[in-house]
Amino acid sequence: MTEKVHIAVALDGAGWHPAAWREPTARPTELTTAGYWRDLVRAADDAGVVFATIEDALTLEGRTAEADAGIRRDRVRGRLDALLVASFLAPLTRRIGLIPTVTTTHPEPFHLATGLQTLDHASLGRAGARIVAGSSPQERANFGRRGDGPVGFPASGHVEDDPAWQAAFREAGEVVDAIRRLADSWEDDAIIRDVESGRFLDRERVHNADFEGEFFSITGASIVPRSPQGQPLITALAHQSIPHRFAAEHADVVFITPGGAEEAAVIVAEVEQAAAEVRDEPERLRVFADLLVLIEATEAAAVEAWDRLEERAPIATDAHIAIGTAATIIDEIRTLAAAGVDGIRLRPARLPADLTAITEQVIPVARAAGILHDDDASPTLRQRLGLPLRSSRFAAQEVSA
Amino acid sequence: MSRRIHLAAHFPGVNNTTVWTDPTAGSQIDFSSFEYFARNAERGLFDYLFLAEGLRLREHRGRIHDLDVLGRPNTLAILAALAAVTENIGLVGTLSTTFNEPYELARQLATLDHLSNGRAGWNAVTSSDAFHGANFRRGGFLDHGDRYRRAAEFAELSKRLWASWRDDAILADADTGEFLRRDAIEQVAHRSDLFDIDARFDVPRSPQHRPLIVQAGDSADGRDFATAHADVIFSLHTEFEDAQEFYRDVKGRLAAVGRQEDDLKILPAASFVLGDTLEEARERSREIALAQVRPETAITYLEQVWNRDFSGYDPDGPLPDVEPDTGAESAQGFANRHAAVRSRIAKLREVAEAEKLSIRDLIIRLTANHTFVGTPDQVAADIDRYVQERATDGFTVVGHLTPHGLDEFTDRVIPLLQERGTYRTSYEEGATLRETLGVAGQPVAVEA
Ligand SMILES: Cc1cc2nc3c(=O)[nH]c(=O)nc-3n(C[C@H](O)[C@H](O)[C@H](O)COP(=O)(O)O)c2cc1C
Repeated sequence: MTEKVHIAVALDGAGWHPAAWREPTARPTELTTAGYWRDLVRAADDAGVVFATIEDALTLEGRTAEADAGIRRDRVRGRLDALLVASFLAPLTRRIGLIPTVTTTHPEPFHLATGLQTLDHASLGRAGARIVAGSSPQERANFGRRGDGPVGFPASGHVEDDPAWQAAFREAGEVVDAIRRLADSWEDDAIIRDVESGRFLDRERVHNADFEGEFFSITGASIVPRSPQGQPLITALAHQSIPHRFAAEHADVVFITPGGAEEAAVIVAEVEQAAAEVRDEPERLRVFADLLVLIEATEAAAVEAWDRLEERAPIATDAHIAIGTAATIIDEIRTLAAAGVDGIRLRPARLPADLTAITEQVIPVARAAGILHDDDASPTLRQRLGLPLRSSRFAAQEVSA
Repeated sequence: MSRRIHLAAHFPGVNNTTVWTDPTAGSQIDFSSFEYFARNAERGLFDYLFLAEGLRLREHRGRIHDLDVLGRPNTLAILAALAAVTENIGLVGTLSTTFNEPYELARQLATLDHLSNGRAGWNAVTSSDAFHGANFRRGGFLDHGDRYRRAAEFAELSKRLWASWRDDAILADADTGEFLRRDAIEQVAHRSDLFDIDARFDVPRSPQHRPLIVQAGDSADGRDFATAHADVIFSLHTEFEDAQEFYRDVKGRLAAVGRQEDDLKILPAASFVLGDTLEEARERSREIALAQVRPETAITYLEQVWNRDFSGYDPDGPLPDVEPDTGAESAQGFANRHAAVRSRIAKLREVAEAEKLSIRDLIIRLTANHTFVGTPDQVAADIDRYVQERATDGFTVVGHLTPHGLDEFTDRVIPLLQERGTYRTSYEEGATLRETLGVAGQPVAVEA
């Protein structure tokens, strides 16, 4: 029997290949328009993609590790705030989860929390966040608020070897805690509108966050009443053991980047091991494998397209790359599914071309082949992923008290 | 030629203006409420939809204030969602200069401007105190003067960031491989005791170039800030002569900074109650006021001023004849509670005695005194008079119900303003918010 998986997509600019914007199908002058994002995410929604992540970064050069990033004139530059793009897309879509990338070093955690709660209200329960820890020196210069932080990746290549990165992940953990506490601060039924007593809400059911951390504190309750999912879906991309542990402890979904099915099985085991040690969350951590895809009608056309892109700007990527027809991609998905992941996050090499191939070919065929979870018409993102809605920790306390 | 009336539609929020006990009152948080409100405001051809902001739940005597509507969305996120379901109306949110950072807020506002195709606006407020600050990394450490200094530097920095991309920065030439023009983006550096920034902005120039800036604050510092940076002032001056005086004062400051009278619009908050006759409108006004100031609301208001427990007092009786407790602050998070307590109490007594008002009627007088009460004809004529006689450029209209509060205004008052020829009969297709409002379209020159 085939294991069933979910299909998600990761959206960024003109696609994940740095030369994608030069393709004839690209829309490089529209990357910051409403119409571009509306078209992309509506297509994904109609096809039944379970969620879309939207990349973000707080610098012009993005989060690239390229040494000469600066203002490179041959790369896509310029983007929109992902949380606001997701909010804009909420009323325009019906089922798809909307997962903006959020950075945890600079923004006020209170604003992040209320923004995500509002996304959850506006989307009727389809909000998530992809949490990114740490900051680059350029980000810090843009904000000018703090000088401390990682300078680059440590020589060893392992973030756990750098105290600044360790601190960044601790801070990211606090931000997630704060988001979850604020989301819980209003119980489901806090608004009572009791005309008799003149009370709009039952203040016994609204709780201060009272969050005290190493990096910041937040005293009050959220200004936003409880949203349909209770808590937004927390996701994180992880390649190494500190990020794995971070995801195991704090996330609902982790994105991993295996080189292939064998490695996927190894990473799933590592993540499960980490979860067994540090996880507080009530539900099992869901694992999605990232796969960068370029899809054409024939293998030869796909290879040719890929070579053309690579000639123009060679890609440096963390993710496994699959080049071929829809059938090639479906084979890859099947293999990863067998390795024990819950889902696949496809990163289209070119937008909109490869997203179109995903929505028009990969998903219908994979669905017909029985590889995908059926759409059970669950209204919220959590439920679609088989996660129960979260009840407020404060409500739980009352019951047990 | 007659002067054009400009109107903003204020989504009613967190205060006793919003009557939640009415059977037709809907949710203040569901997106459907915001969508309904925005569509109605767009039907009424309002210049923009306006949202206030509060960053902490208000407290009364150490506990969350539970009598009024409480809870609202994140300002930027809800405006971005509303951009998707509207076409022409401006989207203006209140956002603090104290609890945000310039790089981030400028990119969020530029994003909103892109997503709405040029309809974004920012009501830049400074409001801050330790109570609100306790929710933020940046606590409540700035005094009044420094808050406005931060606001001015913040606005200046935002404008420089918005202006830092050349219009034609994105070349996207697939053949040559040049996406970005050489020298397309200016570096923005600013160093003071408040900011130390060396930034390259990451959002291309937005359709409006510079989102609309609104100012709400009454002090001399506030007026200076508005003169230098704002396109609109959201004031509280609605009494006719007082409004004229405010108008003269503020508009008189513009020449000194090289701006024209019409470059800064004044749109005070206004409430309204309609009836088929004046008498009927007055009756409704009274009913609405009684719903806005219920007995417990009146007592709570006094408790906030006196900082004492007045639960034993009769709201229909006279003011308590006791001294205030000037110890620890009792009310937190309410606007305009800063005046010295004793002088405020003296004022309250004066008004109550002069007009022989009970506690509840006094509070109605203070917080539920509707700006325009009358037949649609009378209200339209009044609004027109304010604008023609330079008391305002229009109003920020707030209804008492969510989300239907402006339906009646749209149905009954707007057509009469249109008949008078002083209100638009359609939006200009594709106009930016600044164009809709008729404030200078190009960015104010910014020095590097
Ligand atoms: C009409 C009006 C509306 C205001 N609305 C808000 C608001 O929604 N949120 C907020 O934080 N502050 C709000 N404020 C506070 C002001 O922005 C300002 O910080 C405060 O009035 C102190 O400035 P001032 O001394 O110049 O009046 C408002 C002020 C006025 C006059």
